[in-house]
Amino acid sequence: MVLFAGSLHLGLIYGLMALGIYVTFRILNTPDLTTDGSFTLGLAASASLTVLGMPGLGIVCGILFGALAGGVTGFLQTKMDIHPILSGILTMSALYTVNLYVLGDRSNLSLLGSPHLFSAAVASLPGVPRDVTRFFVALLLCLVCFAFLAWFFGTHLGLCIRATGDNDDMVRASSIDVDAMRIIATALSNACVGFSGAVAAQYQGYADISSGVGMMVVGLASVIIGEVFFGRRSVTIGFVSAICGSVVYRLIIALALKSNFFPAYALKLVSALIVITALSLPALKGRLRLASARREARRHARG
Amino acid sequence: MLVVERARKTFFKDTPNERVALDGLSLRLEEGEFLTLIGSNGAGKSTLFNAITGGFLLDEGSITLGGLDITWLLPHKRALMIGYLFQNPMKGTAPDMSIEENLALAYSRRKSWPLRRGVSKEDGSFFRDRLARFEMGLEDRMKDKVGLLSGGQRQALSLLMSTIARPRLLLLDEHTAALDPAAAKKIMRITNDIVREQRLAAMMITHNAQQALDFGTRTVMLEGGRIILDISGEERERMTVARLVEHYSELRVL
Repeated sequence: MVLFAGSLHLGLIYGLMALGIYVTFRILNTPDLTTDGSFTLGLAASASLTVLGMPGLGIVCGILFGALAGGVTGFLQTKMDIHPILSGILTMSALYTVNLYVLGDRSNLSLLGSPHLFSAAVASLPGVPRDVTRFFVALLLCLVCFAFLAWFFGTHLGLCIRATGDNDDMVRASSIDVDAMRIIATALSNACVGFSGAVAAQYQGYADISSGVGMMVVGLASVIIGEVFFGRRSVTIGFVSAICGSVVYRLIIALALKSNFFPAYALKLVSALIVITALSLPALKGRLRLASARREARRHARG
Repeated sequence: MLVVERARKTFFKDTPNERVALDGLSLRLEEGEFLTLIGSNGAGKSTLFNAITGGFLLDEGSITLGGLDITWLLPHKRALMIGYLFQNPMKGTAPDMSIEENLALAYSRRKSWPLRRGVSKEDGSFFRDRLARFEMGLEDRMKDKVGLLSGGQRQALSLLMSTIARPRLLLLDEHTAALDPAAAKKIMRITNDIVREQRLAAMMITHNAQQALDFGTRTVMLEGGRIILDISGEERERMTVARLVEHYSELRVL
């Protein structure tokens, strides 16, 4: 039960990040590596401000700083014409320094004794079990983010961003400013990621400079796992599927760790394997089909 | 309407591959005029289109559209006034978005507030009306993803998208060349209707000399980045494909 509750909490909190990943990876069609840095940025901002007694502002800053980091990557991709992957890596790398600075020249920070979002919610609902309260806080944050994204991608601006990811040629021939769309979408994506980091810091009660390593792969894995259940349909369903994927991912990991199937440090490897498998399936299927067609043809030739 | 004045463009300047794509070309196109553009590969047809849409900037000369000098204007700003149709039906539409979302993108480009609803109710019914005129059954598939449509259907949709926001100029880059004959015929009929109805200035690139003479009100032939033939009215009525070809080989030698 504890295991289940924990996975549910983490799944929802990291679901925020999966939403961000969905925006760049599926809607904008450009994988964004800023994620690893912007997650830690949100985490660091949130932790530092929580220690100073401002957990709410910490969350807000996590979102804003994340957006800013994404904006920088978007700017590099479009206005400076740097390859999207490299742009993300550059920002991520630069953010390492920024994150250390935000954490106050430390590589980790404990929130022990500082009241934060989750502890405040638990304290204000004394009769309710701790895990239930924490679940509803995480769920509420997730729903707010989901509702915002679902609304946003139904607006005109949202349609323009979706078109940019869907058919660049068409958008270039239209009156839509492609560069602006890419910058806005990357900023929005990293705002979600920063949000996720900010909430994660207060949930786990500490911040660590290396928390963001491999986060993008975790987010991708969540998006892909979600698609196994929901398929690839509308954008709104895509958001739901990303959050569900994140929860399922956490459950799988928790079960595997619990059953000593693999040690905790194997986590990133497993995440990477999930993503690799999912992304290479179409190619594998194609090759298998080709092989069987060949066999068939040969059989006919002989017969 | 559209005035291109002494447009000059040289690609790969000062290299062995130097190529003059537009050689001081001047062209005037009036409202309601439907010009068909012919010429061999590399004659400058696509280059002219690109210059007008802002794909590159001219070395010399100027372009004015509806009285506005657009020589230095960014491509997406020009696009407000120019509808453009690609040869490839896949290029003009977003496959993962629905028919009405695609139309909404094209239609609402003049309105300002970016966070309004993407597809409003009244827009939706307006799109249905417009699509119904094509008699392709598209009006009953407003929520379908465009990727599910055939090439002809997609091109019809692109055509509506590029004209629904009432541009001043419509550029058609061999927009029926990739379609089967029946679909091509249908698309040409729709094109004619729209150009006439909206009194657009339109230019159509084609490699089909017969098509160039059958449609529109004026035919221009390019060669080496210059206009070598410009016919309209009676002169154009009398023109045949055979004489056009003859003309072409004569003028080319000069």
